[in-house]
This record gives sequence, structure tokens and C-alpha cells, in this order.
Amino acid sequence: MSIRHGLLALLERGQMYGYQLRAAFEESTGSTWPLNIGQVYTTLNRLERDGLVRPLPEHEGGQRPYEITDAGRADLALWFATPISRADRPRDELSIKLALAMTTPGVDVRTVVQAQRSATMRTLQELTRLKYASDKPEDLPWRLVLDAMVFQAEAEIRWLDHCETSLVRYRPAPRAGPTRHAGDVEHADEEVHR
Amino acid sequence: MTATGGPVLDLRNVHRTHGSGGAAVHALRGVSLTVAPGELVAVMGPSGSGKSTLLTLAGGLDSPTAGEVLVEGASLGVLDRQELARLRRRRIGYVFQDLNLLGSLTAAENVALPLELDGVGVRAARRAALAALAEVGLTGLGGRFPDQMSGGQQQRVAIARALVGERRLVLADEPTGALDSQTGEAVLHLLRRRVDAGAAGVLVTHEARHAGWADRVVFLRDGVMVDATAPLAGVEQLLSGSGR
Repeated sequence: MSIRHGLLALLERGQMYGYQLRAAFEESTGSTWPLNIGQVYTTLNRLERDGLVRPLPEHEGGQRPYEITDAGRADLALWFATPISRADRPRDELSIKLALAMTTPGVDVRTVVQAQRSATMRTLQELTRLKYASDKPEDLPWRLVLDAMVFQAEAEIRWLDHCETSLVRYRPAPRAGPTRHAGDVEHADEEVHR
Repeated sequence: MTATGGPVLDLRNVHRTHGSGGAAVHALRGVSLTVAPGELVAVMGPSGSGKSTLLTLAGGLDSPTAGEVLVEGASLGVLDRQELARLRRRRIGYVFQDLNLLGSLTAAENVALPLELDGVGVRAARRAALAALAEVGLTGLGGRFPDQMSGGQQQRVAIARALVGERRLVLADEPTGALDSQTGEAVLHLLRRRVDAGAAGVLVTHEARHAGWADRVVFLRDGVMVDATAPLAGVEQLLSGSGR
């Protein structure tokens, strides 16, 4: 998981400065992924360099808020739209992606869930195909490795099914984000309910 | 291959509505699906998504409210009852979670029954039944009654009955039922082998691990097909892709 996309997702809610981003990031990920403020500012600098965020004038307290650019929005949309490959996945990325998708305006969580389910199902089919082709007794160690991957993929699909069922019943409580405007809150609720 | 070389099963914009007016339940809404010879398609979705309805329509056990179902190029809607019954007996095999084995008949008699109903002679039907039982690993058990067999063996008898003769289309609804994971896997292995030998198969399941045996997986939600995985590459490509 790139911190980069996490910050972009948070800025899509509204402009924020470094400490707010760190707090919101930890809140979104249930504090399973602590960030230090240095990582936040390094990432913001890179995002700015790449034209994905833009700094705003400093507050009186010396805090400089950032806002997401159109290019940043496009980059974020692409991240949400692209399933993660099992091969090179850092472990937590999917759950964090879904948690952020639920609180990011304009993201249809169910589409994210379905895209991931198709991709993981596809992996499961490939693993099963390999298993079916490895039917000699001496293939057993390899078959068991494949089984491990099969069960991991199955668990992920079951979890995605569970997420989808939970989303049907989900009604978020109105929340006041750090710099969110009233209009954004309404918009976010509408998106989550789709 | 079929005479036309086309798909064995072809669902064209199929709708199925139960009831009418305000009480109408739309079990399927505009589903299209083709299954080619040698292809196993899994249908996944939560309860009430229309999976089993799709299977009963594909098997000619129910008719669509709108749209068309073709099996080996024949549109089921234009067949009369006798023709439809003959097609079901000869060309379509069903494996259900509920095995529907007749307790008063032996395994071989259960498997031979659809052939005998179709007018095949007793001896020829028995020969075909024993061959089908051998295909599912039950050589020598044809004389046993269902209650003398384990759950896994009974399920194999039900599969032999679905495969006996020249079935071109095998329809399975949660065929592993309450079987343990090894026995369930063996059942899917059999289904896969028959499909690899040229039949077309449709497997309805809510278990992702079972759907993994399919060449394609389609997802149903509220009677609509919302997504499908692309057909798989060959094993050779998968192996080179996995770095082995």
C-alpha cells in the first residue's frame, strides 16, 4: 500500500495539513498503521512534485494545508479501479483500500469490492488449474503450497462477500471532517448508499 | 463437438418472473450466457441471486418469461413436451445437492434408469451404467443399495447417473453438498474430467474454492449478471507465469 494513495484519498474529503492527515490516516486504518509526521511531509512533497496535490497559503498558526488536484483525483480513481495483484501485495493493502473507499467521496465501494472479487476469483481458478495438472504423487509438496494459496484466496473472497453484505446495511453517521464542507458530507453519504 | 460446432448451451436475454403485479419477483433479468463444449462455467452469487433459477431454465425444467434457451442449437421453447423430455433424458445430466437416488434400486439400477426410460434395452442400459460407475471410481459396487454406501459414494452414484450415456450438458447445483473437503474435491474432479472430454458444464456454487475448477466464473446479483472472469490461459502459460 502506498501512503501516497492513502493521503490522496484523505485529501479528496477536503483540504488538510500534515498533522490532520496523519490523524485521519490513523483513524481510517484503525491505528493498524502508524505514520510518523516525517513520512507524511516527505510524501506530500513528492505528491506536490508530481502535480497531484497543491499547497495552499499558510494558516495563521503556520500550518500549510494541501488540496488534491485534478491529476491527483485521476491517480486516486485509477488506484481504486485497479485490483491489487496477489503476487506483489503488501498484506494490508486491500482492507485499508476498502476502509478508505467507504469514506472517500465519489468512490462506489461495491464496484471496488466486485473488481477485487473477480481478480481474486481469477487467481483461484489459475491455482486450481495448476493443482489439477499436478496430480503425480511427487507433486504433493507443490500441491500443498497451491492449496495454501487457494485457501488464502478463498478467505479473501469470503471476506469480500461479507463486506458486500455489510455495506447493504451500512448507514454512516454524519461526521465533521477536519476541513470538510457541509456539501461534501451530503455527497459522501449519497455515494456510500448507492 | 455439436453438429453445428456452436455452444452446447445458449441463454439469450433470459428473464424469469414469478408472480405478477406488485408481488412479482424478478428471479432473472436479461441474462445471456453461452457454454461451449469442453467448457465449465461456474455461477456464483448470494442466496436469491437467481443461480438455481438459471440452472433449471438451462435444463428445461422451467421456462423463461422472456428470452430463449437453446441446447445444442435447439430452442427449448418450440419443443413439445415429449421432445423436451427426450432431450432432457438423453442430452442433459443433473447433479443436485439432494441426490434423489431411489432407495429400492441398486446403484447400477439407479444409474441405468434414465436410459431404460428412454427405451434402451435392459442389458445395454446395465452395461452403460456399470461403465459410468467405473468412471466415478465405483467399480464392483453396482449391486449395492444406496443405504449400504457412504455419503461420498452415493454422491458418486448420482454423478454417474448424470453422466451415463451421451450427456452433452452437465448441470450441477452445489454438487458437493455436505461432503468433506477431500470427497467434495473428488466430485469436482469428476465433473472437470467429463467436461475436458467434451461435455459442457454449468456449476452453481457459493463456494469460491469450488468455482475455482471452472474455466469461467460469472457473478449474479439480484437476477443480473454483474461480472465474469475472462477465460483462463493454458496450464503451460500459467506455469511460466508462476516462475516455475
